Amino acid sequence: MKKYDVVTTISYPKIGAMGKTGSWRVFKPIFDKAKCVKCLRCWIFCPEASIKREKDDTISIDYEYCKGCGICANECKVKAITMEREGEKK
Amino acid sequence: MCHFHFGAWEGTVMSSESLVEICLHGRGGQGAVTAANLLVAAALNDGNKGVQAFPFFGAERRGAPLRAFARISDSVIHLRSEVYTPDLVIVLDESIMDIVDVLKGLKNDGTVLINTRKKPDDFDFSKKFNVATVDATGIAIKHGILVGGMPVVNTPILGSVPRVLDRVTLPSIQGAIKNKWKGGLAEINVKATKDAYEEVEVNF
Amino acid sequence: MTIMIDTGNYIAAKAAVMAKPDVVPAYPITPQTTLVEGIANYVGTGEFKGEYICVESEHSAMCACIGASAAGSRTFTGTSSHGLLLMHEMLHWAALARLPVVMCNINRVVGPGWNIWTDENDSISQRDTGWIQFYCSSNQEIFDTVIQAFKLAEHKNVGLPVMISYNAFILSHTSMPVEIPEQQVVDDFLGKYVPQWKLDVDNPITFGNIIGPSDYYKVRRAMQDAQDNAKKLIPQIAKEWKQKSGFYHGDLLELYKCNDAEYILLAMGAIGAESKVAIDEMQKKGIKIGLARVRTFRPFPTEEILKLGKQADLIVIDRNISIGLEGALFTEVKAALYGKSDAKVHGFIAGLGGKDVPYTDVETICKKAIDGKAKEYEWYGLEEA
Repeated sequence: MKKYDVVTTISYPKIGAMGKTGSWRVFKPIFDKAKCVKCLRCWIFCPEASIKREKDDTISIDYEYCKGCGICANECKVKAITMEREGEKK
Repeated sequence: MCHFHFGAWEGTVMSSESLVEICLHGRGGQGAVTAANLLVAAALNDGNKGVQAFPFFGAERRGAPLRAFARISDSVIHLRSEVYTPDLVIVLDESIMDIVDVLKGLKNDGTVLINTRKKPDDFDFSKKFNVATVDATGIAIKHGILVGGMPVVNTPILGSVPRVLDRVTLPSIQGAIKNKWKGGLAEINVKATKDAYEEVEVNF
Repeated sequence: MTIMIDTGNYIAAKAAVMAKPDVVPAYPITPQTTLVEGIANYVGTGEFKGEYICVESEHSAMCACIGASAAGSRTFTGTSSHGLLLMHEMLHWAALARLPVVMCNINRVVGPGWNIWTDENDSISQRDTGWIQFYCSSNQEIFDTVIQAFKLAEHKNVGLPVMISYNAFILSHTSMPVEIPEQQVVDDFLGKYVPQWKLDVDNPITFGNIIGPSDYYKVRRAMQDAQDNAKKLIPQIAKEWKQKSGFYHGDLLELYKCNDAEYILLAMGAIGAESKVAIDEMQKKGIKIGLARVRTFRPFPTEEILKLGKQADLIVIDRNISIGLEGALFTEVKAALYGKSDAKVHGFIAGLGGKDVPYTDVETICKKAIDGKAKEYEWYGLEEA
């Protein structure tokens, strides 16, 4: 990646610039592939790019960086993503 | 083409003898500004190193009396102000003299060139100033220099200028016209300047 | 080399087109209109091969310049008065983003009332945006400065936008002869534009992201350093332009007959040219007075003016007013001398609203100051109708 000398407000892409933000999570999104209709709304709306698009247009969730904001669950119209409290074992 | 140099910065300002200031009076749409531009382009070609042409600074409206200015000098012109004391006044439209004091500021040995069918002696001020007259409107009609049916006098009257001002020649004025227009249009304008050069009458 | 005899605006258009910008976004405003008209005409003749964008406002014009420049294009635009003021937000933006946009500003009065004549309040009020500011006094200077502005703005040690101001009508609509070099000379002088950064799909970055206090502080400091660098580069670039083209404009200041001067007049723009006639007239009468025409208001030529202040008493004419204080140049000249020179400095306001300032007025102003009859700061010609 090319870096520029000029001092101005340029930010360069980097994975995890703020550390492993997965530790910030209080609620955790759980994906149910059986319900997924491959609309990819969650993938579009995730503000942290923590939803990965799979080859078959279903998704997986990167728990290292997912902050648990719940936007994906809110956007999912078929409730294929649900939010669960961290630490609750089923 | 002459060469002139701004390079050294320390240019000398023209003496008053070398500077000629010209005021053109016309009506919006008559081409006074174009005439001023053509005149100084010709003057530059004739070896005057400093030339300047500019309109009165304001909004132009068709038919309203307006002024345009020109300066011609041996050296680079540093003046950026209006012309207050012209050496030469060119009146594109005689009727303007009823509503505008075209003699305002004219130098004592100054010259007025008027588009009119009258003779110089018909004007009272010919006792005080040099007066030159030419029927530029008649010449424009004769050569069919018309825009929207109206005669355009700005280029014909320029042909008379070399007769009252030794800083510019007729071939240079004709050259400036040929640079601006092409073909037949340039040709009739050039012919008109020749007529105006020959037909101008002076009292001096 | 050819001689082109034309108005300041058409000369600026010629210079801009010869610099071969990739993008020119512009919105017309009197008295800038013929500048963009000129460029549009070069689109028609095929001489301008870049992208000409008719935008819907000056704010959009500067936004489009920023976008195009950020994508790595050489950009040019022109505006005046209210147009410049509408750009204000984006002027800061372009400078902070370190984008080398080049813009002509035709100095026109700010309304109300509706007035299309010249004074410098439009550009003076953009003083703190980070733009480099030139003030021109002849059409040849406009041509030379526009060409040099691209070189300066794009220099790796500068990377700031440049504004070239010249007076409404007095220069924008006045025909003067200008020496135009061959296209090859301009091409050789400017070279290919190499952006200092750009938006590039092959090298993705985010621009204008959140930035904390410490980093922002550094960004501001870098802009200041860039202006300081510009101060050194402006004369160097002018020399290089002279070597390549044979023409010279110029330094931070244009000094006119300042040798042995006991008084030095400082002015900007067209008054700076007109004043030469006044200097000649006064010198004929034995008054030891010279002229320093200020070409760059930002970066401000502090050291150069201090040098003058150690030689002579100074008289400053401002065609602008920082309401609540005094003329902007007057303030800055005094600041340059502070604690290092005991020169007397007189400030005069003149020519606001486009009021003509003939050399005779300049002479009167200078004599008043020299004869000790002037207050430290006063408005000239206010009593006249």
